Amino acid sequence: MLRVVGLEHAFARAAGPTFRDVSFSAEPGALITISGASGAGKTTLLRCLAGLEPFRRGSVDVGDVRVDADGDAGAHLRLRGHVGLVFQTLELFPHLTALENCILAPMRVRGTARAEAEIAARGLLATLGLADKGAAYPAHLSGGQRQRVAIARALAMAPRVLLYDEPTSALDPSLRGDVLDALQRVRATGVAQVVVTHDATFASTAVERRFLLAGGTLRVLVDAER
Amino acid sequence: MGGYRTRTYRIQRTLAVALLAVLWTRAAAAGDDALARLHAAGELRWGADAQGGAPYVFQDPMDPTHVIGFEVELADAVARGLGVRARPVPGQWESLLELLARGDFDVALNGIEVAPEKERVCRLTHPYYAASERLTVRSGDAAAPSSLDEVRGRPIGTLPGSLAERILSRSGAVVRTYEGGQNEIYADLALGRTDAVLLDWPITRYYAEIDPRLRVVDGSFGEVRYAIATRREDEALTTALNDVLDRLARDGTLRRIYERWGLWNSETAALLGDPAPASGQVAEAFAAWRAAVGALPPLSVRLREWYPRSQALFARAALMTLALALTAMAVAVSLGAVLALARVYGPRPVSWAATGYIEFMRGTPLLVQLVMLYFGLPELGITLDPFVAGALALGLNYAAAEAENYRAGLESVQAGQLEAAWCLRLSTAQALRWVIGPQAVRVAIPPVTNDFIALLKDSSLVSLVTLTELTKTYVTLANATRDHLGLGLVVAAWYLLIGLPFARLARWAELRLGRHLRPA
Repeated sequence: MLRVVGLEHAFARAAGPTFRDVSFSAEPGALITISGASGAGKTTLLRCLAGLEPFRRGSVDVGDVRVDADGDAGAHLRLRGHVGLVFQTLELFPHLTALENCILAPMRVRGTARAEAEIAARGLLATLGLADKGAAYPAHLSGGQRQRVAIARALAMAPRVLLYDEPTSALDPSLRGDVLDALQRVRATGVAQVVVTHDATFASTAVERRFLLAGGTLRVLVDAER
Repeated sequence: MGGYRTRTYRIQRTLAVALLAVLWTRAAAAGDDALARLHAAGELRWGADAQGGAPYVFQDPMDPTHVIGFEVELADAVARGLGVRARPVPGQWESLLELLARGDFDVALNGIEVAPEKERVCRLTHPYYAASERLTVRSGDAAAPSSLDEVRGRPIGTLPGSLAERILSRSGAVVRTYEGGQNEIYADLALGRTDAVLLDWPITRYYAEIDPRLRVVDGSFGEVRYAIATRREDEALTTALNDVLDRLARDGTLRRIYERWGLWNSETAALLGDPAPASGQVAEAFAAWRAAVGALPPLSVRLREWYPRSQALFARAALMTLALALTAMAVAVSLGAVLALARVYGPRPVSWAATGYIEFMRGTPLLVQLVMLYFGLPELGITLDPFVAGALALGLNYAAAEAENYRAGLESVQAGQLEAAWCLRLSTAQALRWVIGPQAVRVAIPPVTNDFIALLKDSSLVSLVTLTELTKTYVTLANATRDHLGLGLVVAAWYLLIGLPFARLARWAELRLGRHLRPA
């Protein structure tokens, strides 16, 4: 599903690389966390996987798309849209309702008819416990509800991999359970999820595989498979 | 999701098509043989400035919808002599000869002085009138100048580009010229802003002689002659006009006109070779003028009688102002969007070109741009209809301002929104259309509607290119009736009447569109 081999990234004027030789993979239904201190490069790693940042070396495989760095400055652009990304700031479209946020891409990119798209979107929102919030605007929703709309929106494009950037950072700690709950529901649909978080508590309750990004390298902390 | 935007887009598109249609169908014809064209059209278009004042061409103070004056009657007589009708075309006095060269009318007939410099830009007929230059001072002013030697270093009022101005400059006076019209020149003299006024006798007769605060000094300070101006290439027309003028002089028509207006003098008698003594005809037009402008009636009379009568004029002018503003705004809003997108998202050379355009339009005066468009383009062979030129100048200028408003709107939308759209597989163009555009529009609406109100007021500039809109109507009327304050409030009310609905519409749009962005 997702295979990362030898990924290396460096900012234009940085002294050294952000991270080097990062490798891991995720199968359908996997739930992986990557923790690390602030500034370790976790968000940058996610952005590379989402095709928003160019990377210097290594390759990324998502489903049937393979991108090799190879010195090609525009290579990462081919990755865009193949993995879903739930931003730390969520980036919901404020002028659209929750439902409209979810049907925009399927309608405009896939050409799905509006009625069809709405049915699918309502299903996703219901899965995430937001069945009656479709007509609400983001400004009228709580933080936790907004996050679930962001997840639903990403899922509406049926990605095989879903990335999360600090999903608990903007929420009250008591809501950790709700986020975990949402992640489990998504897992049940067979999507591979990679969660980046510096919240150690959350990371430890989550999952079977945990990585740590520190000092520019990715180390395995916990691997339930072994 | 976007229903309102589709409607707005459709409205903009319809307006764009309408504008293009106007541009195509209203191109002015280049100069042909004027005499032939005139006969074919059955009318003589003559240019004059209704704001110029009595007794030449001016609005009847008792009935402002009518333009009267000795030159109106002269034009009618000349046209009849050519076998056609006369049609007056309004034009700013300072630009009359340029407008003539452009072909906006066939002849200019508005106190055009016979002077060697004029021969370079136009052709003149034989003179039809002659008068002395008279000096006017304040009554009871002991220090008032009484000869040309005494004007040196003193502020003296006159009209720009006239023989009087040249005489004053040669004598070393501090010349104060007035673009507005006769009224202000003498008003300033009475108020003490100038020490004297030197002007042609007809003006002196109509403005100074009737004012007890002023005294006309004896003696002539020079002689001025008026002629009809035609374009340099219109030889045949000029010859025909000269024949007509000679006939009108011989059969006494000219004399009768001048006597009606109290303008028959020895200079004109000598010019036309008419030695007969005064016929004793009553100068009824002059008497009517005296009666009309003797003193301003009280406000109650003006409210009851004058203002209602002039509302038809204002209403027509208001429609012109509105039509101009709406057309120009349509151009500005569409072109502005293109410029903003080019500047924010375009490749470097395109972005620079857009920035260059914006800087130029915002850094040079609108008036200069209008003059270049209307008077300068004909030099390249492109002659624009006045409405098109006016709307285009306003639209092109304000497009720069709208572009900056949109840019602010676009930049106010976080970068993350675009990235989120990309992650959902939307292209940049789709993101602009569905995600960033709608958000940017909401930010841009308040400044854009403010600009519309400003454009409404800037539309007053187009009076320079012969369009009669609200401001020109006010100035001309105020000059004719000498009621500046009362009429000023009337025209202000008209501007507010037009502008306020748009301001309210803007507030409504702001509230309605912004509702969703505020937390519950």
